[in-house]
Amino acid sequence: MKILVAVKRVIDYNVQIRVKEDGTGVVTDNVKMSTNPPDDNAIEEAVKIKEAGNATEVVAITVGEQKAQETVRKALAVGADRGIHVKADGILEPLAVSKILQKIVDKEKPDLVFMGKQAIDDDCNQTGQMLSALLNWPQATFASKIDVKDNKLEVTREIDEGLETIEINVPAIVTCDLRLNEPRYASLPNIMKAKKKPIEEIAASDLGVDVSPRLEQIKVEEPPKRKAGIKVANVAELVQKLKNEAKVI
Amino acid sequence: MEYDVVIIGGGPSGLSTAIKLKQLDPNLNVCLLEKASEIGAHILSGNVFETRALDELLPNWRELNSPIKTKVTKEKFLFLGKTKSLSWPTWLLPAVQQNHKNYIISLANLCRWLAEQAENLGVEIFPGFPASEILYNEDGSVKGVATQDMGIDKDGNKKDSFEPGIELLGKVTVFAEGCRGHLGKQLIEKFELNKGKDPQQYGIGFKEIWEIEDKNHEEGLVMHTAGWPLDNNTYGGSFMYHAENKQVFLGYVIGLDYKNPHLSPYDEFQRFKTHPAIKKIIEGGKRISYGARALIEGGFQSLPKMFMPGALLVGCDAGTLNMPKIKGSHTAMKSGIIAAETINEHLKENKDLSNYEDKFKNSWLHKELYEARNVKPSFSWGLILGIIFTGIDQILFKGKFPFTLKHKHADHETLKPANQMPKIDYPKYDNVITFDKTSSVYLTGTNHADNQPVHLKLKDPDLPINYTLEKFDEPAQRYCPAGVYEVQKENDVNKFVINSQNCIHCKTCDIKEPSQNITWVTPEGSGGPRYGNM
Repeated sequence: MKILVAVKRVIDYNVQIRVKEDGTGVVTDNVKMSTNPPDDNAIEEAVKIKEAGNATEVVAITVGEQKAQETVRKALAVGADRGIHVKADGILEPLAVSKILQKIVDKEKPDLVFMGKQAIDDDCNQTGQMLSALLNWPQATFASKIDVKDNKLEVTREIDEGLETIEINVPAIVTCDLRLNEPRYASLPNIMKAKKKPIEEIAASDLGVDVSPRLEQIKVEEPPKRKAGIKVANVAELVQKLKNEAKVI
Repeated sequence: MEYDVVIIGGGPSGLSTAIKLKQLDPNLNVCLLEKASEIGAHILSGNVFETRALDELLPNWRELNSPIKTKVTKEKFLFLGKTKSLSWPTWLLPAVQQNHKNYIISLANLCRWLAEQAENLGVEIFPGFPASEILYNEDGSVKGVATQDMGIDKDGNKKDSFEPGIELLGKVTVFAEGCRGHLGKQLIEKFELNKGKDPQQYGIGFKEIWEIEDKNHEEGLVMHTAGWPLDNNTYGGSFMYHAENKQVFLGYVIGLDYKNPHLSPYDEFQRFKTHPAIKKIIEGGKRISYGARALIEGGFQSLPKMFMPGALLVGCDAGTLNMPKIKGSHTAMKSGIIAAETINEHLKENKDLSNYEDKFKNSWLHKELYEARNVKPSFSWGLILGIIFTGIDQILFKGKFPFTLKHKHADHETLKPANQMPKIDYPKYDNVITFDKTSSVYLTGTNHADNQPVHLKLKDPDLPINYTLEKFDEPAQRYCPAGVYEVQKENDVNKFVINSQNCIHCKTCDIKEPSQNITWVTPEGSGGPRYGNM
């Protein structure tokens, strides 16, 4: 079994996001970037499945600018066998990414495609679902547990009501939740070995996919600042304020 | 893993060492470890940059798309009273404080760029790997370092993700950890490198980046202040550098030899911003970054021996900062260049590493530090006498007085008992110009993986409550710029709390704790701040 894992380069989750003054986006210059956290879980799970003897190859793929390759390199350092970097600049919407992934799936013929449930930059939560539709493959989203059973997967999903366990046929798309596993650290020797693993570079335009955005972004702005709280003297004042000022009762 | 040279720390000194080594011999195997998640993420500096060392290291830096762009165009020096300010004519400033040939830069960005140059030359750079332990040969010489184990829980047990640290061995190991490096500190003690030297002196430096209104911004303007809010007996001052993109780099440095345990360096900085001369510039702007870091102020008298069997100290791991110049980047880089030359000759011609000291003595770095040596100690007489002496020493005698003033005390020895010193009533934060520590630390992007051992070790866990609280009102609550230390009352019993996940790796506690009871050790790799263009 071959597993393709999609990873995305995003602003590190510890960094406080700053909106550009002209409202055209957020500041990314000299900002620490990292792999989208649930994508780390996706890589970890794929590597674990391979280590358990249930997969033969793990291929990491990213779509994005030159520096996005760092995320593939990191995936190689924690156990992926080889990498693919589809080069594309500018804003990439989930549909464009899933179309690119579709082309790569056609070429690579993996049995499973893993990725994070959503990216923490645009929070779209769409790429896996769209890819599933484009390929007409079954999907298991928000996976917090994956069991490989012959040509099937038993997947536990994190849903609003609790946990849902489903069984799907392979080939399939699985989007991974943060609870799926604890990603391993890249060790120094493995980082060095990863530098020698191959990364295939492909231009998005060579795949015949139109990556131009279909959505028009009008403005990016910061959420309104929370105002400082006040202390009320008694319940009557609270009720009065809720009624007349907050107008919620 | 074995290398020719292992370098600990990806600041200007370590990166310059690496670059120079590869320039001298491209076949050398050089690796560099950095504890931050990426190069530059733990660096904090003003910074007005003198290019002298860079001109020597990479003479074509102007053609290499370097982040050195904003030339200093105008200088100001203000003495602040409580509400008034007095401008000091710049022609009356000593030459070391004139900056017209220098550039306003972000040191973090310079380091990122230097790292690119180093990687292009074949240096292997590993961010996210703190060196936690020094390894020695049987003959006592330094063999290399071990990186920190990853995946240890707070009780010291291995987690599923456990990844053991590995040994990196070098024919020569270069320690470039910056001010108060935790391995450098061990080496200085073990090899008695500071024998016969004055105690090292430190300061704590704060920096905020503000985006300010166009009308208040003057790209290239460099402004320093002395005076308010500090009293005559506390050494310190501010900087404000107008950088590109409508940003100003605003900061404050306070000598850690302050005496009053009630003093809060953080609050002095916050209060400083409310001075009319400062407030009018940043008002209407927005604070976008915050950070703090200890810096070396001891200079020439306190500079330890910088070589030992198998290893060298470079930059501020030794203490090459030039205090009256308020600059340490070019001196750090120069020490790295000299170190690389020494190492190359050591490996090729078997010349002893003590050659480093000779090369240092024959360099402009030595001359610079020597001429600067009497400035900082003169301020132990107070601000006014210090300025008068510095004027005579630096302007008339150009640092050539035939005597050297001494640093008398280590910074942890200077605090007076709390009940003998006045309490300081700091104003409430307005959340416009001044901010509390929590919202400041939030801007640093600091994080440490939870469930790991506390990396701020107490030699005696009971000492903070049993002794330091009563005698000094536990000053850790105030000198820590990140709110790591708190004294909390639980059922009427005082408890000393260490919020180590907030630690921004400034090392102030390791320096200032009056009984030297706190030891800073490396946390798990990548932990700590994620500074952008500090």
